[in-house]
Amino acid sequence: MNFDLSTQAKITWCPGCTNSAILLAFRQAISELVEEKKVELKNVVVLSGIGCHGKITDYVNFNSFTSLHGRLIPTMTGVKIGNPSLSVFGFSGDGDSFDEGVAHLVHAVRRNSDINLFIHNNQLFALTTGQATALSPKGFKGRSTPEGNLEEPFNPLLFALGAGASFVARTYALDIEETKEIMKRATEHKGFSFVEIIQPCITFFDTREIIKEKKYLLDETYPTNNLSVALEKVRENGDKIPFGIFYDTNRPSFEELLHN
Amino acid sequence: MVYLYRGMREEKQNNIITILTGGAAGDGARSVGGNLARFFVENGFEIFESVDYPSLIRGGHNFSRLSFSDQQVYNDHSLIDILIAFNQETKQLHRDKFTSETIILANDFIEEEILEFGDRAIKLPMEIYANEEDAPMIASGSVALGAVCFLLALPFEKLEEVLNNVFQEKHLAVNVALARRGYQYLEKAQIIYPRNFKPAQQNKEVLNASETFGQGMVQAGLDYYVAYPMTPASPILHFLAKQSIPLGIKIVQPESELSVINMALGIAYTGKRVAIGTSGGGFALMQESFSLAGMGEIPLLIAMVQRPAPASGVPTYTSQADLLFILNSGHGEFPRIVIAPGDAEEAFQAGVDGLNLAWKYQLPVIVLTDKHIGESAQSGQIDKTNINIEKGKIVSEANADYKRYEITDDGISPMAFPGASDAIVKVNSYEHNEKGITTENAKDIVTMQDKRFTKLAEIKKEFEIRDTIKVYGDTTSKIVVVFWGSTKGAVLEAAKYLEQSVKFLQIVWLEPFDTEAVLSHLQDADIVIDIEGNHDGQLAKLIRQKTGIDIKQKILKYDTRPFDSFELAKEITLLLENDQRTSLV
Repeated sequence: MNFDLSTQAKITWCPGCTNSAILLAFRQAISELVEEKKVELKNVVVLSGIGCHGKITDYVNFNSFTSLHGRLIPTMTGVKIGNPSLSVFGFSGDGDSFDEGVAHLVHAVRRNSDINLFIHNNQLFALTTGQATALSPKGFKGRSTPEGNLEEPFNPLLFALGAGASFVARTYALDIEETKEIMKRATEHKGFSFVEIIQPCITFFDTREIIKEKKYLLDETYPTNNLSVALEKVRENGDKIPFGIFYDTNRPSFEELLHN
Repeated sequence: MVYLYRGMREEKQNNIITILTGGAAGDGARSVGGNLARFFVENGFEIFESVDYPSLIRGGHNFSRLSFSDQQVYNDHSLIDILIAFNQETKQLHRDKFTSETIILANDFIEEEILEFGDRAIKLPMEIYANEEDAPMIASGSVALGAVCFLLALPFEKLEEVLNNVFQEKHLAVNVALARRGYQYLEKAQIIYPRNFKPAQQNKEVLNASETFGQGMVQAGLDYYVAYPMTPASPILHFLAKQSIPLGIKIVQPESELSVINMALGIAYTGKRVAIGTSGGGFALMQESFSLAGMGEIPLLIAMVQRPAPASGVPTYTSQADLLFILNSGHGEFPRIVIAPGDAEEAFQAGVDGLNLAWKYQLPVIVLTDKHIGESAQSGQIDKTNINIEKGKIVSEANADYKRYEITDDGISPMAFPGASDAIVKVNSYEHNEKGITTENAKDIVTMQDKRFTKLAEIKKEFEIRDTIKVYGDTTSKIVVVFWGSTKGAVLEAAKYLEQSVKFLQIVWLEPFDTEAVLSHLQDADIVIDIEGNHDGQLAKLIRQKTGIDIKQKILKYDTRPFDSFELAKEITLLLENDQRTSLV
């Protein structure tokens, strides 16, 4: 690797934060995509929302746009519409895209812009010191829900599939190699790529042990082009939790239709 | 008693004829009005046409009111010379504006009406003809067009030309046939409405501010228009969408106003010229992102077409109540430009200037209009020659050391775009350093805030070359009437009724405010009257804030209808009279 992907910005995530693993996986994914000539470095644009995840734009020496809380997705869409030759990556959080910005998410999935959305799912608002999000489990005790969260969480993958996503995957932040591979596959997918990155918050809601115990990878025989199978698979949430690419299909992207 | 300012001319002006066309929504009253506008302009007259309609699709009462003349008409008049009524309600609702000469064209009349109006009640068989020609009822309006053509002694060929341009081939023949029958019906009855003025203009066309604003933006290099439907901003969206292919622009209608503005910011980041359009409620939703345009120094043109508020307000009527909201919109402090055109010709210029200034100064620009000019039609001319596309400080070659927010003397940083060079372009909603990386350093924060406001000083240099204010009437008069936006039409039309010589001052640039210019017109005035379409006198507040001058005389209207020029002239006269009496005491 002969280019420097880091910046002068001081990393202010907590020591040992799982976000650092996502940053590493992403830098590796881009390095490989550039070496494989699948992406041009100058065309990479990284966007983020607001939350712990959002600091990532400061830590990558790429074109970047730090958007507002919940407004990442339309901004990403605008960048891709404005210049379809750009490779657009959006980093978001569960609060950013499933609370504040959920209306944008559901429409972006439907619109199928050729953009890649990586959700750092830590199941709570971390930068605001630990409140429940739409992905926090029922009963979750946070600073705003000391007696336990009353609401049921979304199943993010089911949500994405239900809205018509053309690429749906789940990965685990601490499995850097797997995350890198899924990021690369998402990049190569033409259309909206939805990737949930399970990202335990080691300060407020550490689920590392649970993930380690329950995680399993979809095997090579899993059909990624079958929506019924995918809809069934993403609902598995018992003793074991599946990881990998659940669905990958092709339909025309919004930009192809707009600029045709 | 001494009445120094007594004089006012009569309400009925000899060289103005007004036609009101009304019916239920779906009857086609507004399309008849639009066709009359084209017809009179085609014949060489000046026109102003307004439309009044409730927020529904079928039923209710819609009307178009058009005044035409041999002189420029700035606003339609309320006294009706010819009424085209598609239903009984239309005849009843507008009776108070009939004169002893008013001619009424309707399918039917009740007995009392025939007794009252006599020969002036013309039973025009619009419905019967439409049925006989096997045409849909909406086409019956063409019978009225033909009738008006004969009534005003205008050539039928001109009407045929207009219909040729308006109707698609499959509907053309039947509409021409219906118009001819309407013409012949009045020809047979030999009814002519006296018109003692001749056409006086050439080369004018029917202009509408939504369309001219769109044209202006296109002339200034618009690439994208993004909008969510909202009355009364939608005509801009519809106009641009209909012609997006020949104009070479892309239209996107996302899921909400929040999406609209953020998508537009993403588009502008890639170097494409983009505009968005909405009304007060939609712009209220956009606030946080509007502030981001300021923080990120992202060029963005926003059309803000006012309608009455608070909340959902009165969607299809007009208002000037969002001025202070616009001037103070977005959290935090950042420079912006706010321009309020007063008619369709100025709206064209605002489209050109708005886009150019947004790029030149890398900030949000708001063009503030309202339903009254956004949906009215007027005769006018647009000069599309000599329009400059001011691209701003764009760098096409930059290396990895590029700084998006580089500190410069004029506060404007060279702008590079992602993918266009080796520059790494970092935009940030957080306070940031020159490179675009988040900062919480107190010194950096002050540096950046000062940088953004340095641009404001630069923008003020535009005052020398742009029409920040406009002055009409007797420029030496010590009586000054001050106004902004669409009120221009009613004010200049009201001037036709005033015998007193008055100076009329239009404020076009509301932010930054040309304090010196405004002060030069107000400081020596004996009387200043502020006229606005809102409850609070928002322009007067702004003038007081900027110049220290407290305007005591105000004429404010917030019944959501446009000003009536004659009523306005009366109110101005009364204020001048009272003022005189007060000063005599």
